[in-house]
Amino acid sequence: MTLLAVERIKLFTTRSPLWCTLMALAVTIGFAALIAGVDNENPVTIASTQFGYNFGLVVVMVMAALAITTEYRFSTIRATFQAVPNRSAVLAAKTGVVALFAGVVGLVTAFGSVLISKAIKPSADLAINTAFEWRAVAGVGLVYAIAAVIAVAVGSLVRHSAGAISLLLIWNMLVESLISLIPKVGDDIQRWMPFYVANRFLTGDPDVTNRPIGEGPPPSESLLSPWWALAYFAGIALAFLITAMVVANKRDA
Amino acid sequence: MIEAVGLTKRYGRTVAVDDLSFTVQAGRVTGFLGPNGAGKSTTMRMILGLDAPNAGSVRIDGKRYQDLHHPLRTVGALLDAKWVHPNRSARAHLRWLARSNDLPARRVDEVLELVGLTGVAGRRAGGFSLGMSQRLGIAAALLGDPQVLLFDEPVNGLDPEGILWIRRFMHRLADEGRTVFVSSHLLSEMALTAQELVVIGKGKLIAQSSTEEFVAKATENTVLVRSPQLAALRTALGRAGVSVRDEGAGLIVSGMDSAEIGELAAANGAVLHELSPQRGSLEEAFIQLTGDSVEYHAGLTDGSTPSSDGHRPDLVTTGK
Repeated sequence: MTLLAVERIKLFTTRSPLWCTLMALAVTIGFAALIAGVDNENPVTIASTQFGYNFGLVVVMVMAALAITTEYRFSTIRATFQAVPNRSAVLAAKTGVVALFAGVVGLVTAFGSVLISKAIKPSADLAINTAFEWRAVAGVGLVYAIAAVIAVAVGSLVRHSAGAISLLLIWNMLVESLISLIPKVGDDIQRWMPFYVANRFLTGDPDVTNRPIGEGPPPSESLLSPWWALAYFAGIALAFLITAMVVANKRDA
Repeated sequence: MIEAVGLTKRYGRTVAVDDLSFTVQAGRVTGFLGPNGAGKSTTMRMILGLDAPNAGSVRIDGKRYQDLHHPLRTVGALLDAKWVHPNRSARAHLRWLARSNDLPARRVDEVLELVGLTGVAGRRAGGFSLGMSQRLGIAAALLGDPQVLLFDEPVNGLDPEGILWIRRFMHRLADEGRTVFVSSHLLSEMALTAQELVVIGKGKLIAQSSTEEFVAKATENTVLVRSPQLAALRTALGRAGVSVRDEGAGLIVSGMDSAEIGELAAANGAVLHELSPQRGSLEEAFIQLTGDSVEYHAGLTDGSTPSSDGHRPDLVTTGK
């Protein structure tokens, strides 16, 4: 509990979490507003309100990576390890606090997107009834939280803000989509890419809205069922975190 | 008490700290002296468990740093005043440190008061002057009211007022019975601050003794003699087996004190115009002792002669 409190103080006594949160809210809720306001051809649905979740995800990962890389940048990580020599515990606490915060940001962006869509198109059916709809909205919180774990772990391994952020963004926005261009095996590899699988949790099995696929978050062709997809995503995050802990214990601070 | 045994740290093929053993006693200020790049900071990082030694170990009151419960309560350290997030306030910085070792929040205000930063506690630490940063670092070191304190080059870049403040502060801490271990590359500073010295060069121990002893041993005591009967005196001194060299119109005698020289002169009927003991400067002594162990010679110490010992005439190290 002590370490969680320490990391909470650290996170909220700098400004980057605030700015990143505002930006995540702006891109997701802004995108939902845009779709609800401009797209008159398709009905506004729960799925369409979450169109911009990946943009918010990227911002949240930047926030999470910065939470650890700035510690290396300003050597406060040394002050931290000096105060708490158990490095695994420090990393676990930081990851926990950042992931929790990311999860809350995810919930706010997801429900905020639904609310603003309802405000713009009061006639749309935006009641959250089915399991699919609950996953599509509340699930964003879980996906953000797990993505934050990956970002903290990568930040801890790379130790440089620019390096860690480029790596995360290039992976999320380029590698996972471009990998399908590899002849023959590309599609099969893509089905097991972490963020692609995470998307399965939010949009999969099946998208009951019957919208054209271009009108929601792009559907995932992962072969896993939604909850297995989430478990797979979480497993990858855990593997990253454990690697980060092992490396942090071995390296000189 | 700090006890290092056979401490060794290698970075690739460079040996930063080489089989270093020393002890630091409680109740005294112990200086950790060595030229830039001698391995002082590396040693301090190993004491704090930040860097892992390749061989040997260092214990604080018999325990490894990693095994200390709430280490800030046992060891306070200021290794670099810049280990602060620039956008975090001084108070916030101390607040998370205090929380990490279950120290009460009021302790933060106490140490801020102690170092005189209460007035600027809410300001972002990035805007602090070097002197203020240094004080914040000392406040952080004192948070847990520790018995062991480490300071790495604490007076570097400070103005005279700041230097005096830190010097007095360290004496006060030692007088309270604490173990104070402070590094510096300046012997003159250490002569004023430290009672004990651990001297290293190129990662190796050169000496461990009291400062007085070290200075006495290091500075060769000589006597300047001037006399109209210089030739006779030189012969007499030569017979007594002491070394003599010419210095302007006089002689520099080493290995005999002024009283003995005076008696020798009287016995030989020589008139003395001057008989004055000379003390070598601390800097000279330090260079003499650590001269071989300075990592990069500037090649300028001898004036014109280029270094012939294989060292490139290179830049002086700038690292701490």
